[in-house]
Amino acid sequence: MTGQGIGARLLRKEDERYMRGRGQYVGDIRLPGMQEVAFLRSPLAHARIKAIHIPDRIRDRVFIAADLDGVAAIRADTALPGFKSSVQPVLATDKVRYVGETVAMCIAPTRAEAEDLAAEIDVEFDALPALHDMLAARNAGAALVHEHWGDNLFLPTSTDVDFEAVKAKAAFSVTRELRTARQAMCPLEGRGVIAEWNSRLEQLVVTSSTQQPHIVRSGLAECLAIDEGSIRVVAPDVGGGFGYKGILLPEEVALAWATRKLGVPLRWLEDRRENLIAGADCREHHYILTAYADRDGRLLGLDCEATVDSGAYSAYPFSACLEAGQIGSILPGLYDFPHYRCRTYSVATNKPPILPYRGVARTGVCFALEVTLDALAREVGIEPNALRFNSLVQPEQMPFDNIAKRHFDSGNYPDALRQAVEAIGFDKVRDRQTQGEADGRRIGIGFSMYAEQAGHGTSVYAAWGIPFVPGYEQCQARFTPDGGLELRIGAHSHGQGLETTLSQVAHSILGVPHERIKVVHGDTAETPYSTGTWGSRCMIMSGGAVATACEELGERVLAIGAKLLQARREDVRIEGADVVSPSGKVAVAEVARTWYRRPQDLPPDVNPGGLELTAGYKAKRDTGTFSYAAHAAVVAVEPDTGEVEILDYVVVEDGGVLVNPMIVDGQIIGGCAQGIGTALYEEMPYDAQGQPLASTLSDYMLPGPTEVPEIRILHTETPSPYTRFGQKGIGEGGAIAPPAAITNAINDALKDIGAELVVSPISPRRIAEAIARAKPKAAAA
Amino acid sequence: MKPAPFAYERPATLSEAVRILADVPGAKVLAGGQTLGPMLNLRLAQPEMIVDIGRIPELAEVTETAGAISIGATVTHAAIEDGRVSDPAGGFLRRVAKGIAYRAVRTRGTIGGSLAHADPAADWLSALTALGAEVVLSGSHGSRTVVLAEFARGAMQADIAADEIVVAVRVPKFSRASRFAYHKICRKTGEFAEAIGVAVDDPERGVRRLVAGATEGRPIVLNLERDLISLSVAALEEALSASGYVADAYVLKLHAVALHRACQEASAL
Ligand SMILES: Cc1cc2nc3c(=O)[nH]c(=O)nc-3n(C[C@H](O)[C@H](O)[C@H](O)COP(=O)(O)OP(=O)(O)OC[C@H]3O[C@@H](n4cnc5c(N)ncnc54)[C@H](O)[C@@H]3O)c2cc1C
Repeated sequence: MTGQGIGARLLRKEDERYMRGRGQYVGDIRLPGMQEVAFLRSPLAHARIKAIHIPDRIRDRVFIAADLDGVAAIRADTALPGFKSSVQPVLATDKVRYVGETVAMCIAPTRAEAEDLAAEIDVEFDALPALHDMLAARNAGAALVHEHWGDNLFLPTSTDVDFEAVKAKAAFSVTRELRTARQAMCPLEGRGVIAEWNSRLEQLVVTSSTQQPHIVRSGLAECLAIDEGSIRVVAPDVGGGFGYKGILLPEEVALAWATRKLGVPLRWLEDRRENLIAGADCREHHYILTAYADRDGRLLGLDCEATVDSGAYSAYPFSACLEAGQIGSILPGLYDFPHYRCRTYSVATNKPPILPYRGVARTGVCFALEVTLDALAREVGIEPNALRFNSLVQPEQMPFDNIAKRHFDSGNYPDALRQAVEAIGFDKVRDRQTQGEADGRRIGIGFSMYAEQAGHGTSVYAAWGIPFVPGYEQCQARFTPDGGLELRIGAHSHGQGLETTLSQVAHSILGVPHERIKVVHGDTAETPYSTGTWGSRCMIMSGGAVATACEELGERVLAIGAKLLQARREDVRIEGADVVSPSGKVAVAEVARTWYRRPQDLPPDVNPGGLELTAGYKAKRDTGTFSYAAHAAVVAVEPDTGEVEILDYVVVEDGGVLVNPMIVDGQIIGGCAQGIGTALYEEMPYDAQGQPLASTLSDYMLPGPTEVPEIRILHTETPSPYTRFGQKGIGEGGAIAPPAAITNAINDALKDIGAELVVSPISPRRIAEAIARAKPKAAAA
Repeated sequence: MKPAPFAYERPATLSEAVRILADVPGAKVLAGGQTLGPMLNLRLAQPEMIVDIGRIPELAEVTETAGAISIGATVTHAAIEDGRVSDPAGGFLRRVAKGIAYRAVRTRGTIGGSLAHADPAADWLSALTALGAEVVLSGSHGSRTVVLAEFARGAMQADIAADEIVVAVRVPKFSRASRFAYHKICRKTGEFAEAIGVAVDDPERGVRRLVAGATEGRPIVLNLERDLISLSVAALEEALSASGYVADAYVLKLHAVALHRACQEASAL
């Protein structure tokens, strides 16, 4: 091959348009006659709606729940026993359940005028006690988000594997209460929707900044009672997803309904205030975690009670339980131990419905587990990594079924940790710590590890029973008459670089030059069905489908090529961009030209399906791939102010066979930036009335380029035995481990003072207060 | 969010601007728009009329006298950062300007707008208070000059009437022997300060001043007898408390540390 296939560090093809400002996002699209939409959103977290007063003058441009005839509420149920379902109205009906919930839709020629309309609406509310704290929401007698439930529990789960026995065996144990803040995902581009009715095709066309066009289509069909064939969903360029756009939006349903009613195209563009207030929808976990070790510092067991703030409704399609429902199976991490108990609670509160943010539940779980393991090691009196080395699953155990029945496909976990220890210069940092710093700061070093399950499919999702279950993934591949290759996939690429990596897969098989390969995605009318882009699944599933389709297409090319070369089928093969026989060669492009333009030259037994086909793929085993990493951080902490500087950061990652290591590095770096945000900056605080307090980016703090250090990345490549070419999903990992590694480093820096941080983000104030709390204790001791 | 409707005027002279402000109740001055813009968009400000002072030549002037440099209200942070304005304090203003927000904001944001808004966390307010600067105002009743330390009455409250415009800020010239230090503690680059410490020491003019900024109110001026280098964090905490500043332990410490760092930095020059 040309060195531009699988494994090449090819520059991203899509960057040509992204980097030159030529991407086309919902905000760039203007249709003739299009009107803009502003939503009146609830100013209260929990209230009954007594009346909505709309001046007559503007009544025809304002729509409320009572106007939406024939529109069903959004429901995302699960099949998990004990799940209580929520009904999420497209526009609020009798009650509002979080600040930012859609109450009325206002339509005008410009957004400013639409907001003027919203300002004229007067809603009479009867305020109800707001549930701003998930633990309080679990208490008996708490106000109820959904009255008919009788409590605020979407779902409890529990797992117990021989737990009680650990108590007699353990020589050491520590218990920690940990919390992670509620966050808002902040993709550069917010959400955005255009809805129009195409009267020629009798089709509703919804253009939305989404990760899952096909799922949005199914959801719209369910809510609007329209055939799916009469709906086309287009996801144009999408400026970042991260899970924020893996959802059926009430706004999508509302615009889709109204465009039919009004006969004009409508557009809604989320602004940053809506994003922060109505979209603060992820990451909020609480843990009480006890970890047990034997005399030698080997992990014996875990006991966990985890609570997840699921917000007011079960979001479509991933449901209110995706996070808490997975905690029990993720918590054991990369460790092999015999005793385990985990109980989880998905709790309804008066906050936006929880969505799975990059890493999904893993970021919180990794934080809880790895921070507690460091504390356990300190209790035992050994280095935290000694405890890790004692307890990690060993390479010779692979593939390994862990205590929570997760099936680890391949890898060498201790080796990743060893490499991280070496690369970060562990011994040097320990030496430096004994010298002390001239500026009075304290240095600390911390590690964390995780595995990222990716591309998990039918067998995993069927049990959860959420609105979709991923099955086979398809690719439609075809040659154009001039020899170009088109690949159509139902997933969507919005920063992952799939237009490049899938091209690399195709190039490896068919040799077509990259400039002649076009990856088409983001349009239900042009692509095969797919559950979309989530769960780091695309390189496994779409990559597998592209490979299968290209191989089948290759067979057809070879059959024609052999005829053109007057060779036997078994004597020809594809080499570079040619079909080669022992005595000659013909370009693949020439074969394409022959099929379309000179059928007279085709062999009589040619496959009449031609150079166009749809092929599907499912992994040999669909429990997912497990890429994994060890992260290591060195920090300096200023004890007076609580300021933290990250001095060094190392990632040792194994993502199986890397299709494009440069793109993988980009994914890791971007993920780490988000992980640093979770660790040190991002937090949506709420007051006792359930009001979100960070409604602009000056209060909701995101890390910028100056807050993200150089991330040093090392790769190992242990192929997955189950995927098409040994690849694993790697899209989320970068965002999983940093909060744990950085917190462990901070706690290492403060260990002599006796201060320990267990609440993220680790803000300067939290550090200073932890030190202040620890000092009197140290003095008393 | 988009602004509520408003009328818009862009006068060419200062007197015309003042006249509009006096005539139209609820009219509001727009300079760089880096503060007012977001307030309009969030509909926190809903003025009847916007009076854009961006094209008034008198407000963009920089003039120099024997004892001071007068910087026009609409001079941008970027112009100061780039050294396009002569610096009465040996490069100090350039350093302060560089630490305001990020370049896009500095390109539009103005020194007069920053002072008029009187945000305690803003950089110019603390930095120029430490230098003993004065604000020159013009209104329908004529002109007046106010010492900056008194111009800011409290958070977002400047001593400025509805028909008055900040024309310039006059900064005294310092001797070559002067030492200045400015330390801003903020969560990340380009953010507003959590605490500001400014130290100014001009032995020739007999000025030794410490300013604590980003408190909830106007900057706190400390005129201390002791040598800057000898001031400990604890001593500064005490001095802040003695000045009447009330804050929780963490915030008090933060301000003392900012001052301490400024003192250390100035002493090292
Ligand atoms: C993202 C961001 C970060 C920022 N970070 C910082 C920071 O770190 N430090 C900092 O100091 N500032 C910061 N700022 C504020 C910035 O410095 C603004 O430029 C400044 O506060 C206001 O100046 P302006 O010219 O933009 O004023 P405008 O926004 O136009 O006006 C502000 C207010 O002052 C009034 N006004 C303006 N000019 C006059 C005048 N000549 N006479 C009378 N009234 C007047 C207006 O009516 C309005 O009430 C930041 C701003 C942004 C958007």
